[in-house]
Amino acid sequence: MATHAEQLTPPAVRISGLTRSFGARDVLDGIDLDIPAGQFVALLGHSGSGKSTLLRAIAGLDHQVTGSGELAAPQRLSVVFQDSRLLPWRRVLDNVILGTRGKDAAERGRAALTEVGLAGRERAWPNELSGGEAQRAALARSLVWDPELLLADEPFGALDALTRIRMHTLLRELWERHRPSVLLVTHDVDEAIVLADRVLVLDQGRIGLDVSVDVPHPRSYRDPLLGEYRERLFAALGVTEDVQGATT
Amino acid sequence: MTERVLDGSTAIRPRPADHEPEHGRAHERAPVTRRSTRGLAPGRRLPASRLTGPVLFLALWAAASAAGQLDPGAIPAPWTVLRTAAHLWTDGTLGSDITTSLRRAGYGFAIGLVGGVALALAAGLSRVGEALIDGTVQLNRAIPTLGLIPLFILWLGIGETFKITIIAIVVYIPIYLNLHSALSGIDNRFVELGEVLGLSRVQFIRQIVIPGALPGFFVGLRLGVTGSWLSLVVLEQINATSGLGYMMFQAQNYGRTDVIIVGLLIYGIFGLVSDSAVRLIERRVLSWRRTLSN
Ligand SMILES: Nc1ncnc2c1ncn2[C@@H]1O[C@H](COP(=O)(O)OP(=O)(O)O)[C@@H](O)[C@H]1O
Ligand SMILES: [Mg+2]
Repeated sequence: MATHAEQLTPPAVRISGLTRSFGARDVLDGIDLDIPAGQFVALLGHSGSGKSTLLRAIAGLDHQVTGSGELAAPQRLSVVFQDSRLLPWRRVLDNVILGTRGKDAAERGRAALTEVGLAGRERAWPNELSGGEAQRAALARSLVWDPELLLADEPFGALDALTRIRMHTLLRELWERHRPSVLLVTHDVDEAIVLADRVLVLDQGRIGLDVSVDVPHPRSYRDPLLGEYRERLFAALGVTEDVQGATT
Repeated sequence: MTERVLDGSTAIRPRPADHEPEHGRAHERAPVTRRSTRGLAPGRRLPASRLTGPVLFLALWAAASAAGQLDPGAIPAPWTVLRTAAHLWTDGTLGSDITTSLRRAGYGFAIGLVGGVALALAAGLSRVGEALIDGTVQLNRAIPTLGLIPLFILWLGIGETFKITIIAIVVYIPIYLNLHSALSGIDNRFVELGEVLGLSRVQFIRQIVIPGALPGFFVGLRLGVTGSWLSLVVLEQINATSGLGYMMFQAQNYGRTDVIIVGLLIYGIFGLVSDSAVRLIERRVLSWRRTLSN
C-alpha cells in the first residue's frame, strides 16, 4: 500500500547495477536499490560484507575504487562515522560548523548542538567529551548541513549499551523532526529493527533481503511484534537459534 | 588534601572505622578497604621546579669555594665569576661580544626557520615540491653540517655570512624534517572528513593539515633552537675574532677560567631563555592538548 505513495516522489537514492571490487574480489556485485525520500533504512551484514563500501560509494568517497553501475544521490548529504572524527584542535562549535559558510553559521551550529543536547558545551575541546557526547557533536555537525540524506556507518558501534539506547532515541527524534532519508549501517539486528522502517541485508555483494518493518514507533527492544523480524533477519544472516540465544 | 577530595573512591565510601561501629551484621562483613589507584601521572608541577636544580648546584658550588675545597685556578668561586662579569661589562667588551653572538644566532635561526618552513610546506603540500625538495634535503641531512665548515670558509670567507649560513643550515634541517613528516602524515580519516564536508583545497590545508601539523612543527622548532646555540659555540671557538666564543678562546690562552665560566653561563642563559620561550608559545598554541606536562 505504502509503495504507491512512495512512487509519486522521486527517490533520494537510486542505485542500479553497482559493482565495486578490490583486486580480484567483487565486494559489491550488482546492487540495485532505491531509497525513497525521507525513508529510514538500516543496512545489515556480516563484517566484511561490503556495507562500508556501499556507503562510501553513495557518499562519493571511493575515488580509487574500481567498479561500475549507476548511482544517484542528493548533493546535500552528511556522513556520520563510527568515530566522531572531531578535529582535536577545534572547539566543539568550530567542529560543528567546519566548512559551512555564511554569517549565521555559528547560530546554526549552536542550534544543532542544542538539538543534540550539547547546549553549553560549545567551547569545550573534543578530548573533554565522553564518547557519547562526541558522537552527539558529530550528529550536530551533520545536521548543520540540513541533509536530504544522512549516511551513518556504525555510528554507535563504539558506545556502551546504555549510551547507545539514548543515541537511538535521539537519532529517531532528529529524523522525525527533519525527515532526511537515512541509511544506517549496522551489524546490530536489534538496532536495525528498533530504528528503521526498512531493513536490508547485504550478502555476497547483493541485497539478500529487503523487509519493511511495520511496527509503530516508539518501539521497545522487547516489543513482541519485533520478534518475528528479528528471526527473519538472523536467518538471513545465517545465525542459528542456539547461537542467537548465546549472543543476546 | 584537595586531591583526596576529588578522588571519588575516597570521598564516597565511608571508612568503616568512623561509621556505626559494631552494629548489626556490619562487623561480620569483611572490612571495606579503601581502594585507591596509584596515580601514574607525575602530578602537579612544583612551583619554579625548573630552577630548583640550578639553584641547588649554585649553593653547593658557593659552599665548596667558601670552604676552600676548590682550586680557584681551576674552578673560581661564584663571586669571582660575578666580579669578572661586572668588569667585562663595564669596560664594554662583554656587551659587544654578547651583541655579536646574539646577532649571529638570531639571523641564522631566522633564516633557517623561514627556509625550513617554506621548504617543508612546498614539499608537504605538493607532489612536484616533494619530488624536487625531499630527496635533496634528505641528502643534506646525511652530511653533518659542521663538516661543511672548511668548504664554506673557502666559498664565503670567515666573515659573518659564513657563520650565519652554517647556523641556518643546522636550524632548517630539523624544522624541515619534523614539519614535513607532520604535513604528509595527516590522518586519512580527516582527509575523508574534509571530502565529506566539501572543503576546498585551501580550506582543507588551513583548517586541517596545518593545525594538525603544528605539534610536529614545535618538535622541530625546539631542536632548531638548540642547534642554533650549539653551532654558534663551535663556530665562535674555531674561527672568530669577536663574540662570546672568541672571548672564551682568548681566556683559555691566558688561563682565565673565570672568564670562560662567564661565557658558559651566558650561553646557558641564552639556551634556557630561548627554550622556555618556545615552550611557552607551544603551550599557548597547542592548548587543546592535555598532556602529562600540563
Ligand atoms: N581500501 C581497500 N582496499 C582493499 N580491500 C578493501 C578496502 N576496503 C575494503 N576492502 C575489503 O572489502 C571488503 C568489504 O569491506 P567493508 O565494506 O569495509 O565491509 P563492512 O563495512 O561490511 O565490514 C572487506 O573484505 C575488505 O577487506
Ligand atoms: Mg564497515
